[in-house]
Amino acid sequence: MIEVAADAQTQPNVIEMRGIVKTFPGVVANDHVDFSLQKGEIHALLGENGAGKSTLMNVLYGLYRPDSGEIRVNGTAVTFDSPRDAIALKIGMIHQHFMLVQAMSVTDNVILGLHTQGVLIGEKTAENKITELAERYGLKVDPKNFIWQLSVGEQQRVEILKALYREANVLILDEPTAVLTPPETRDLFTILRKMRSEGRSIVYISHKLEEVMNVSDSITVLRAGKVVANVKKAKTSKAELARLMVGREVIFRLSKTEAKIGTPVLEVERLSASNDMKMPALRNVSFAVREGEILGIAGVSGNGQRELAEVLVGLRRATGGRFAIGGQEVTTATPRTIVDMNVGFIPEDRVGLGLVMGLPILSNAIMKRYRDLSKGLLLDYSVASDYAGGLIKEFDVKTPNMRYPTKTLSGGNLQRLILARELAREPRLLIAAQPTRGLDVGATEYIRSKILEQRSLGRAILLISEDLDEILSLSDRIAVIYEGEIVGVVPAEGANVEEIGLMMAGSKRMELAS
Amino acid sequence: MAGFKITVERRLLPSRRLEIAAPVFSILVALVISAVPISLGGVNPIEGYYELLYGALGNKLSLTETFAMFSPLLLCGVAVALAFTCKFWNIGAEGQLYCGGLVAAFFAVNAGGLPAPVAIPLMLVAGFLGGGAWAAIPAVLKVRLKVDEVVTTLLGNWVMYYLVSAILFGPWRNPKTGWPESPIIAESTFYPILVPGSRFHLGIVVSLLIAVAFYIILKKTKWGFELLAIGGNPASSQAMGISVAKQIILAAIVSGGIAGLAGVGQVAGIHYHMKTDLSPGFGYTGVVIAMVGGLNPIGVVLASFLMAVVVQGTQAMHRATGVPWALAEVIQGIILLCLLVGIFFTKYRVRMVKA
Repeated sequence: MIEVAADAQTQPNVIEMRGIVKTFPGVVANDHVDFSLQKGEIHALLGENGAGKSTLMNVLYGLYRPDSGEIRVNGTAVTFDSPRDAIALKIGMIHQHFMLVQAMSVTDNVILGLHTQGVLIGEKTAENKITELAERYGLKVDPKNFIWQLSVGEQQRVEILKALYREANVLILDEPTAVLTPPETRDLFTILRKMRSEGRSIVYISHKLEEVMNVSDSITVLRAGKVVANVKKAKTSKAELARLMVGREVIFRLSKTEAKIGTPVLEVERLSASNDMKMPALRNVSFAVREGEILGIAGVSGNGQRELAEVLVGLRRATGGRFAIGGQEVTTATPRTIVDMNVGFIPEDRVGLGLVMGLPILSNAIMKRYRDLSKGLLLDYSVASDYAGGLIKEFDVKTPNMRYPTKTLSGGNLQRLILARELAREPRLLIAAQPTRGLDVGATEYIRSKILEQRSLGRAILLISEDLDEILSLSDRIAVIYEGEIVGVVPAEGANVEEIGLMMAGSKRMELAS
Repeated sequence: MAGFKITVERRLLPSRRLEIAAPVFSILVALVISAVPISLGGVNPIEGYYELLYGALGNKLSLTETFAMFSPLLLCGVAVALAFTCKFWNIGAEGQLYCGGLVAAFFAVNAGGLPAPVAIPLMLVAGFLGGGAWAAIPAVLKVRLKVDEVVTTLLGNWVMYYLVSAILFGPWRNPKTGWPESPIIAESTFYPILVPGSRFHLGIVVSLLIAVAFYIILKKTKWGFELLAIGGNPASSQAMGISVAKQIILAAIVSGGIAGLAGVGQVAGIHYHMKTDLSPGFGYTGVVIAMVGGLNPIGVVLASFLMAVVVQGTQAMHRATGVPWALAEVIQGIILLCLLVGIFFTKYRVRMVKA
């Protein structure tokens, strides 16, 4: 921070955040984060999903109140009760999900919430001012159009206009390109550079290395709620950033037995799928996972990993290609069929896809076994509670009572519960997505050792993780995914970390023998 | 308020003591509040409440009438609670009640040759299927086309109401009386009266059996487990192999079918005709009952009974003391509001904290 202070003499910091701590139940989203933004710079906030980027910026925008820490705007300490206070200090934010009223015109949306306008004259003046702003920044939008008539890219421009209209000097963009086509992305960058040239400052939240290297001046990297680096764009590289984001230091020493590889269990052939926005997310992916083998899928988040896992468990329809489990094609199978084929699944979104938080722990423990625990139409709760009790004991899920709602468990115990449920069925294929993300050291080590135990039992494991260290220490082979494609497959033994980093950043691709 | 803020947190574990104490306390508070308008109406509140209780529970006639009101309320409450358990927001019990009544009446009017032990079960099946079919439409629309069922079930009530009216004013108008009501149903389909000289009919037993069935479904069956899981998190349920769409459609049909049984009860236990005013809004009150009862079978039984007592009692108070009829409805409203607030406190903890 001493260098920053020296720097400040020449270029004052518009925003200065110090020691920001923000916790949510069971999670430390920001852990003593320092962040400073200079006048006239585009500052990228880089990190994986859940690294705490959006939380930090929501604190700056007044949406969250930090547990501790200090915010200074133009050198003055401030506290925000709501975004209104942030807006008054010329801070604007564009969220991933736009905050626009669909049934209102562009002009109405832009002036919504401003009190300075007269009732009748305001509209016309506002419209002229919007047209003028739009022309100046090349934001092609007709102020008379209604929001529902606009494409997603245009709606984003309305959001930017809203901020410019409020004379924002600091503009925060949260993953702005997630919804854009490549030409729209180029236009956005032009707009951002124009704003920078006028001395405005921009915070650009992203996990896409390519864009960050393209548009930013300086970069702050967050990992697990902490700042791991603050670098100038000119002095770094994509590969370095990729390593910083996912972490490389090997913390865990796990004993890994000699692999005893058997026949293929999961065979994937030229599989493609779209994301929720109906954009291609997975392109022609092919691989196989064999008995007794862990195939690690490495990559920066948002490169198709989530879609891959969802397609393989039947939750998302493939748009092309096919896959088979145990030699049987299941490309169009329902989740029920795949569950019945004894496939274990540890989803990336544990709470959203892996558990029913409002139900008792007992119910979640039997969720994949309740049909076997039933006689006819009746579920035998006494057998079920013996079964659940056994799992909770074996996997050391810490709870005073398994009839308590599942939401009373901590993050590590939630994951133990999922693991218990999935492994108790002795799955022939285990799909584990981000199995240790956000967990403390103890839980992480436990879960990794359990995954290795499955491997030594001869089960096939697909490990999808953004944590390169995890991939390196667990996998037998590593496939690198970038923009929905497998750009390389290497044996984990003697893998070159630099090379994997480059592939994750999209700078290197291996010729695949196929 | 300087320096203090009120925070509301969800309780992780609801307290059993509070779950019993809160409704009792709420009702007491409601009675205290209601005393004000009753006094303004020129009646001593103590006397008013005596008439209320006596009119609902005081003698054989009032007690059996309260039970006759309890039966359709309970069926509608269970119908809504079952659908709400898996987050199928069925606001259409009223229309399903009419549809069930219509189909059952159509069967019952033409069931002349059948003995009662055959005719009555068949009539129940007819009413169940009628209500179930009417609920299946919004369920399929929701599952296949993601059409919001709150809108479709609610609007379906009006469609069914006017459909029934069109049929009863048109082709099915009672030929003998000329009233817009169906011909009288076959005598073998009359619900037996279980307490002589009253309207305590078989339907009251049917509704209690349905409530018991709802308890068994939720606490003992695979299906109930699936409904609870879907209600808690449909995405997780799907991922764990529950056929969410299928179960939602099934729940909607069963829910509509139970509401249809309420229609059967009104036709075969009370009116012996299909009528345009078969229900004064039992289906809508069912939504309130399901919520007040916390979607819990025992809670729904208690809430339905309370509702029946309040409705019968306030009517009696109106007759006996001359307080305006509107006041009876005001008191009903106050009791429900107090109960909902009371239930809020069993789920959330409200605290003052230093800002």
